[in-house]
Amino acid sequence: MTLFDLSLNEIHNRLHARDLAVTDLVAQAFQTINERDDRIQAYLTLDEEAANCKAAALDEKMASGEARGLLFGLPAGIKDNIVTEGLRTTCASQFLRNYDPIYNATVMEKLQLADSVTLGKLNMDEFAMGGSNENSSFMPVRNPWNLDYVPGGSSGGSAAAVAAGEAYFTLGSDTGGSIRQPASYCGVVGLKPTYGLVSRFGLVAFASSLDQIGPITKNVEDSAYVLQAIAGYDEKDSTSAKVDIPDYISSLTGDIKGLKIAVPSEYIGEGVDAAVKESIMSALKVLESLGAEWEEVSLPYTEYAVATYYLLASSEASSNLARFDGVRYGVRAENPGNLLELYHQSRSEGFGPEVKRRIMLGTYALSSGYYDAYYLKAQKVRTLIKQDFDNVFAKYDVIVGPTAPTTAFKLGSQVNDPLTMYLNDILTIPVSLAGVPAISVPCGLVSGLPVGMQIIGKAFDEQTVLRVAHAFEQNTDFHKQRPQL
Amino acid sequence: MSTARYETVVGLEVHVELHTQSKIFCGCSTAFGAPPNTHTCPVCLGHPGVLPVLNRQAVEYAMKAAMALNCQVADVSKFDRKNYFYPDSPKAYQISQFDQPIGEHGWIDIEVNGQTKRIGITRLHLEEDAGKLTHTSGGYDSLVDFNRVGTPLIEIVSEPEISSPEEARAYLEKLRAIMQYCDVSDVKMEEGSLRCDANISLRPVGQAELGTRAELKNMNSFRGVQRGLEYEELRQAQILDDGEKVVQETRRWDEALGKTISMRGKEESHDYRYFPDPDLVTLHIDQQWKDRVLASIPELPDARQARYTSEYGLPAYDAAVITSSKPLADLFEESLQYTGDAKSVANWIQGELLGYLNANNLEFSAVPLTGQALGEMIGLIEKGTISNKIAKTVFKEMLQSGKSPQQVVEEQGLTQISDAGAIKTIVQEVIAANPQSVADYQAGKDKAIGFLVGQVMKQSKGKANPGMVNQLLAELLPR
Repeated sequence: MTLFDLSLNEIHNRLHARDLAVTDLVAQAFQTINERDDRIQAYLTLDEEAANCKAAALDEKMASGEARGLLFGLPAGIKDNIVTEGLRTTCASQFLRNYDPIYNATVMEKLQLADSVTLGKLNMDEFAMGGSNENSSFMPVRNPWNLDYVPGGSSGGSAAAVAAGEAYFTLGSDTGGSIRQPASYCGVVGLKPTYGLVSRFGLVAFASSLDQIGPITKNVEDSAYVLQAIAGYDEKDSTSAKVDIPDYISSLTGDIKGLKIAVPSEYIGEGVDAAVKESIMSALKVLESLGAEWEEVSLPYTEYAVATYYLLASSEASSNLARFDGVRYGVRAENPGNLLELYHQSRSEGFGPEVKRRIMLGTYALSSGYYDAYYLKAQKVRTLIKQDFDNVFAKYDVIVGPTAPTTAFKLGSQVNDPLTMYLNDILTIPVSLAGVPAISVPCGLVSGLPVGMQIIGKAFDEQTVLRVAHAFEQNTDFHKQRPQL
Repeated sequence: MSTARYETVVGLEVHVELHTQSKIFCGCSTAFGAPPNTHTCPVCLGHPGVLPVLNRQAVEYAMKAAMALNCQVADVSKFDRKNYFYPDSPKAYQISQFDQPIGEHGWIDIEVNGQTKRIGITRLHLEEDAGKLTHTSGGYDSLVDFNRVGTPLIEIVSEPEISSPEEARAYLEKLRAIMQYCDVSDVKMEEGSLRCDANISLRPVGQAELGTRAELKNMNSFRGVQRGLEYEELRQAQILDDGEKVVQETRRWDEALGKTISMRGKEESHDYRYFPDPDLVTLHIDQQWKDRVLASIPELPDARQARYTSEYGLPAYDAAVITSSKPLADLFEESLQYTGDAKSVANWIQGELLGYLNANNLEFSAVPLTGQALGEMIGLIEKGTISNKIAKTVFKEMLQSGKSPQQVVEEQGLTQISDAGAIKTIVQEVIAANPQSVADYQAGKDKAIGFLVGQVMKQSKGKANPGMVNQLLAELLPR
């Protein structure tokens, strides 16, 4: 039993009982990172000195009995596309290898208010584009369960760090599955909140209409704690929702009697690995045994989701990433002959192949003469996909299925096949397009690699999603399994 | 070469900076003239991760302007991204409005050669301004100032219903006056708070189809717009006369050379890849909001002009000149609280005031003249305290020092002499000193009296009441 096996709440209690100091927690985190991260490669930047200072300050605060935040003393790792003032933020891109932000993301302000400690910045696919972390321009992250396998992506560093015990919790971002899919591959809990629940201010935009920040944790209760700290309206984000934030922790009642679960046939049909499907079926039996009922339903527009997503997300990305022009920050090409060369060279040198592929795809989809056929058509299909979910949620409380069609795959096995790679997100993308919340929780191991179950809820009904996930977790041991490192 | 065979068709795109306190999508100040890059923040500098938040004051100003231009204000409006790379645009896109602008289907009336003409306004939309580039003399470096980036702008697009450079100028003057009355902008072309691009084409008289147009840029004054269009009118007429085709292109007006120069052709035009900005939500404008903004619109130039003719009996021309500028119209009305002579106030504004401003190349805002001072000065003339002539001296001093007319008259001892005894003494002296003129006058040469009056005025240092001088001379020199 190490400190990393304790839940955030248990650590919280021990800190308050003065049984444990924040400095101990932080020290152990860096010790683990030092032991393991050479192999995992989850961190891009460590902030050890600042973390130690903060820890000492929090211990003093505890000693003086001052008011204490919700995540008091809990050390966290932050995905490197969340802007941290004065702390290098690269988005795992060469373009931003020298970029030190001049402001903090709203979630960072909230974590500070909650008295959390930042350990460092986590590796990811460049600009959050990818599902394997092999698109990091610095180094790939490895799956703690098997170092020859990918951790998933794009929040691969965030998921691997939690699985390897290198952070007590982490923040990731999810655009088409980037929290849930790596959480599934790494055997941890990843929550993508409803679009608009968590402020995007300070999240380096990939696809603005889809991006959401969310927690990656060891268990569901931890997820609820972190969500409690980061959720809420932000006047700096026009798309953030003016909704009351409920008490997520108290919604973890363990009671799911009479819960109506929909299982889309499209999520357990062709293309889904048999062993993965089996894990999900077993999980459904557990839920059934707790008094829930499930039925198979159809989300007929699922098959169009991936194409729709790649048009919309890439269109937005082509515009969002245009600001990386070498003029004000980030890398600038040396000795360009003129302005156009400055742009061409800086962007050619700064961006990796997947980012370039999506910028080109998005630029094309928005171009005069193609806009109606691609961007506009995709927007219409997005509406139909949303309606799919609305129809099901009219009768059911949650939708359940696998998070990904397979378990993690081998490093390098799909690098040259972007289309196959894109299909890894086929079960998470529709949820992102609909904007609804979903969590991935561990529900099995296949050949030593974790399987994740996705629980999808109605918009702003994180309470039910967390309650179902928590009830499942309380009756299974999958979340207690740890990789051998 | 002649333009008489052709009909000129002009459409204007006018950008007006709204004078909100803060920028359209962040809290930075919009004040003009600060040191470079001091009014900036991560949002307007386009740093990674930032998001825009719409300034409601900017929306209200845009609504107000749209209503004053007789536009229909949308119930639902949205913002789009206009994508292009240029160092003055930190995000590499401008947040603008593509297909759901704030206002559409408006119009304004202009007057040219005594004729009133209605010019349609296609649309009015809200967008953000870009930064300012300075190119160093060597040409190797360019400097960029982001203070202006994010200043709210409205773009007002006219229908192609303007038929001459003169009409274009009248349109701009009316537009400026309306914006000024609404108090939504400083509308100073020299500070860039009003900018104008023009589309111009020619077609043979009687042809329905429009000719190929050129887009004119870089006109920095109303005069520049008129001259640029005049040049372009002739240039295109020459091309058509020669049986050639006008090329669709963007041309730059060169003020110093007095001509337009090709900048780029149609094929080099940008594909801006407009799409709805996913960082902003749809803007809903309800009736209550519209009503509130509508109620805040003051009396506009056309209404004031009509009132000045009906209420004060001003000639239409005078009313038009005075109402073309809100500060002048306000001066006029304030003056009338101190004198009842509207025509006289109008004359002083159009004659001495505008003459002084033109001669010294000044804006009205640069002179410390109040309506009270002007009204009281006219009161002094009415009472006979000063003559019309002396008043001109007094007025000039008022414009320079901001002193009240009473103070100027006192300090400089300019009070008119209306004491019959004092004037009689001077008149008698003049008669004694100028026997030849007296003789001439009495011999029937009327001109001689003018000389004698002049001598009296000279001796009195201009202060003698001219009416009394004439009367006394007539009495003392019977014919």
